[in-house]
Amino acid sequence: MDPYLIEAIINGILLGGVLALLALGLNLIFGVIDVVWIAYADIVMCGMYVIYFLYVEYGIPLPLTCLMAIASIAALGVVVHLLIIAPVLNSAPINQLLATGGLLFFLQSFATLLFGTDFRNIGVRLPVLEIATLYISFSRLIAFAVGLIGAVALYLFLKRTYIGTAIRAIAQDREIVGLMGVDQRRIYLVTSAIGGALAGLAACLLALQYDVHPHIGNTFGPVIFMICVLGGLGNMIGGFIASFIISQIIAIGGYYANTELSYVLAFTFFIVLMFVRPRGIFAR
Amino acid sequence: MLSLTSVSAGYGSFQALFGVSLEVPQGEAVGVIGPNGAGKTTLMRVISGLIPLREGAVTLDGQPVGGLPAHRMVEQGIAHVPENRRLFARLSVEDNLRIGAYVPQARRRFTEQLAWVYGLFPRLKDRREQAAGTLSGGEQQMCAIGRALMSKPKLLLMDEPSAGLAPLVVAQVFELVQRIRAEGLTVLIVEQNVQQVLDVVDRAYLLEVGSIKLAGSSAEFKENSFIRRSYMGL
Ligand SMILES: Nc1ncnc2c1ncn2[C@@H]1O[C@H](COP(=O)(O)OP(=O)(O)OP(=O)(O)O)[C@@H](O)[C@H]1O
Ligand SMILES: [Mg+2]
Repeated sequence: MDPYLIEAIINGILLGGVLALLALGLNLIFGVIDVVWIAYADIVMCGMYVIYFLYVEYGIPLPLTCLMAIASIAALGVVVHLLIIAPVLNSAPINQLLATGGLLFFLQSFATLLFGTDFRNIGVRLPVLEIATLYISFSRLIAFAVGLIGAVALYLFLKRTYIGTAIRAIAQDREIVGLMGVDQRRIYLVTSAIGGALAGLAACLLALQYDVHPHIGNTFGPVIFMICVLGGLGNMIGGFIASFIISQIIAIGGYYANTELSYVLAFTFFIVLMFVRPRGIFAR
Repeated sequence: MLSLTSVSAGYGSFQALFGVSLEVPQGEAVGVIGPNGAGKTTLMRVISGLIPLREGAVTLDGQPVGGLPAHRMVEQGIAHVPENRRLFARLSVEDNLRIGAYVPQARRRFTEQLAWVYGLFPRLKDRREQAAGTLSGGEQQMCAIGRALMSKPKLLLMDEPSAGLAPLVVAQVFELVQRIRAEGLTVLIVEQNVQQVLDVVDRAYLLEVGSIKLAGSSAEFKENSFIRRSYMGL
């Protein structure tokens, strides 16, 4: 087989790791709070700016920068919940969409106002690994590995802790968890913080590979929504698997044609599947 | 132990309870009967804090608890087995029990509570890994009761635990209520199986259109001609 094709497939798998992290975050929030964070990718963008400024402007070591970015975006998740989601929690879904959609425009415009439209890069150049005849980018490998570790950590948290069990339970019956002694508002805050932390972690991984600019959310935001809907909104395992399907389509499409066309392909696949299985590929 | 004084509650502009007063003494089992739509479930929900108290007072061991949200009521020692069981269907049996022990005082005693509940319901132990939604109706009711018991409550509220079960299983459920009483718990139970519930409770109340119409010992209820005619088909 053509080594470039193998490289494309491997890169597809590696890209899937980061997308999976974001799909998990979005699905977690949707499953628990029943609100779609339209601005999720733009919250990732905020994280990338945090990393850029802490690392490049303030010279804080990269690992510490990453931890601070994760913590600050987790805090941003809580703020978004308190200021934007909580007031519309019992409103019609369309109002919730407008609220979080409004946040998208707000964050993009605010970033433009503060930082301009320059593309900024944190300038970390990680080596490219040469394995046999294949070239694999180390930063992508890290992104994939950390993405998987993040997913496993989330899984263990949800399975093994009381709060994790409450999060899984509240997604099934938000009223009755109260009878178990669970304070729903507290679970919403924890969930928003976890969703934010996942976005912050993704920001760390993406900052290693891409320039940050105010509209970077537009490049992968739609892909994440597509993945979540494909896997079934709120279905975390479905979203995880769909991440790898979509990233393969994008990667292999990019090999045979070009990146733009590969996105067209991915969305075509999505639209066709939505006709065949409107509730996601893994709908029960 | 539990005392309600002139409690009113409802949904939006609709009032479902009109000044209900009721006593559940320590260590006793008390039954509430009444026709569909009488407000029995509403009564249970207002006691456990699922819906707000509009008027009146609720005290537990003399402490006012009326109007606390549901999660605070569990901390006070009230556990509620809701109508239709409302298990977390996609969670395993053991996860359902685990979430029942969510409050701090119950978490600390999780292992012993779990052993106790599995002792009461050995069937649940056999099915611990299974999704709760795949249990039979009787097993689901056991799981719902077990989940409530995991919080180590002082007072157990049960809303129609025998609903939708085969006659043989209904008999088992009432047997269970007696075993739970024998463990020293105080029980308030809503039932449509009037004859059977009167065999396991000490006292009973008749609720009709949101008001208490009759109160008395279970023996008095069994002999009351109105109850016999209207609710026991005798
Ligand atoms: N969520 C709700 N919103 C509005 N009205 C409600 C709601 N739940 C119950 N009601 C009304 O309140 C009244 C009492 O209902 P409740 O469920 O307490 O009756 P019940 O005695 O438990 O009946 P059943 O025997 O059928 O369970 C009914 O008229 C019902 O229509
Ligand atoms: Mg009812």
